Amino acid sequence: MKAIIIDDEILARAMVKEYLQHYPDIEVLQECGDGFEGIKAIQQYQPDLIFLDIQMPKINGFEMLELIENPPSVIFTTAFEEYAIKAFESHAIDYLLKPFSKERFDKAIQKWQQQNQQERKKETLEVLNSTSLYNPQNNRIVVKDNNKIKIIPTVNIQYLEAADDYVKIHTAEGVFLKNKTMVFFEETLEAQNFIRIHRSYIINIQLITRIDPYEKESHLAVLSIGAKLPMSKAGYTKLKQALGI
Amino acid sequence: MPNSFTNVYRFRIIFFSWWLVWMFVQFLVISSYGATAQQSMIDSMVCNILLAASCLLITNNMKFYLPKRERYWYVLIMSLVLSGIWLFVVKNSLKLIFRSDDTYLHFLDASIYIRYVIGFLMIGCMGIMSLLWYTLQEQQETNRRKEEAEQMTKDAELLKLRQQLQPHFLFNSLNSISALAGSQPEKARHMIQQLSDFLRGTLKRDEQQSVTLEDELHHLELYLDIEKVRFGQRLQTDIRIEETTKKLLIPSLLLQPIVENAIKYGLYDTIGEVMITLEAIEIEQQLQITITNPFDEETAVSSKGTGFGLASIYRRMFLLFARNDLLKTSKTNNIFTTILLIPQYKYESNHH
Repeated sequence: MKAIIIDDEILARAMVKEYLQHYPDIEVLQECGDGFEGIKAIQQYQPDLIFLDIQMPKINGFEMLELIENPPSVIFTTAFEEYAIKAFESHAIDYLLKPFSKERFDKAIQKWQQQNQQERKKETLEVLNSTSLYNPQNNRIVVKDNNKIKIIPTVNIQYLEAADDYVKIHTAEGVFLKNKTMVFFEETLEAQNFIRIHRSYIINIQLITRIDPYEKESHLAVLSIGAKLPMSKAGYTKLKQALGI
Repeated sequence: MPNSFTNVYRFRIIFFSWWLVWMFVQFLVISSYGATAQQSMIDSMVCNILLAASCLLITNNMKFYLPKRERYWYVLIMSLVLSGIWLFVVKNSLKLIFRSDDTYLHFLDASIYIRYVIGFLMIGCMGIMSLLWYTLQEQQETNRRKEEAEQMTKDAELLKLRQQLQPHFLFNSLNSISALAGSQPEKARHMIQQLSDFLRGTLKRDEQQSVTLEDELHHLELYLDIEKVRFGQRLQTDIRIEETTKKLLIPSLLLQPIVENAIKYGLYDTIGEVMITLEAIEIEQQLQITITNPFDEETAVSSKGTGFGLASIYRRMFLLFARNDLLKTSKTNNIFTTILLIPQYKYESNHH
């Protein structure tokens, strides 16, 4: 079994490595000090298990996980992230609160060993779908742009457009792709001035300049950047409510 | 018990002089109606000594009891009754002393109404004066209590702001100790010592409002030593202070949260080594402390609002100095700068 430890504190990594000495069949292939190194190492080694800290430089553990296709099994190690703990509690995935004992660590490993491949995959994906709701840095979205990692503050988002399995994020700097569902963004962004006006569109309501009638009984939202986006009936009602008209 | 104004030295002198003068006036008035000098003197003395006693009686009474409502009616009725009793005693005393002098007794009967009016006015004046005095005392007492309560609320808030120890820091430090305990027990022991010293400093300082910059920096060093164990080479610090600033005063536990904030944004917003600088100089009798940390302009979304989690420092400075302009921040070339001004005047007049 291959494992990778991702934590920005060297002593925290040493701790996990020390506890892992009792498991000769789990081999630590690399230690990473931040999420960028983590992504590279995961792509290179395709580990079975990663130990992942949440608060790390630049991108946090959740954001790192979002950027990986086919993420491996994860055991989170964290000191004090109230938000994060909430995210874990509703799932079967294990998390270790620092400082953790050898016994607690062993329990987490045993639990992981008892799961089969499919269960593991399912868990990781489930956590991924909900963690962003609890992400302490939910005012930004991290995307991959030609192998570079780009952090987009949500205030810079103009609108989101559905595109098959992806969502197109339109910003002044260009369009970025994110492997998430519209429902996911609807849930995370709703509180921050965003409204889903259509099956395929979520807009930043700060940018609305006009609402034009369009064909019969249908409307278009005109944004200050020039985009004209169709609205569904339900979307039109929601938008009117949000704008107070 | 409110402070009685008959205890005030100046009042006693005025009170005493007043009755001497008044006795003399009454002596002259009664003489002018044809009474002998002896009669005038006895009449004036009996009248005024008893009247002075009545005045003391009313003010003393009000010291111990003041009705909550209808205070003026109370004074009016008290004065009417007391002057009536006074007149009754005066009239009968004088009648007894001069029982064989018909001319005087006639004069006494004729002057009874004017005597009553004068007595009532004197006692009434004294009553009103006492009323105002004690009402004022009561108000001052209420105000003092209110101020005390406000001060206590303020102190509690300040204490809370000072004590904001980050649980994240504590748990991560404990985790580092746990890791060291296995491989390098000596280092683990050393770090426990550092952490204890730091925590003790945090607890001890709560009682003190202000410390010298030297003391505050010592506390900060303890904190930085722990953080350096956690982050190793990544965390670099550069502290430069002018010799003259060492003895200047600063609210206790103010620097550590600012530096903690700088470290947090420095370390979590950038990759690689992070340099945190702190510089202290004296400008126009003020202590100026400048703290810088690197950050990434593009990704620092969290910099909106009051910026970089310094809200509690703003609040503390406002509570302590009633000023909003003592903490300034700026961002240039991916460096975040915090400038803190500590006025020294507050301490000169109010040294702890």
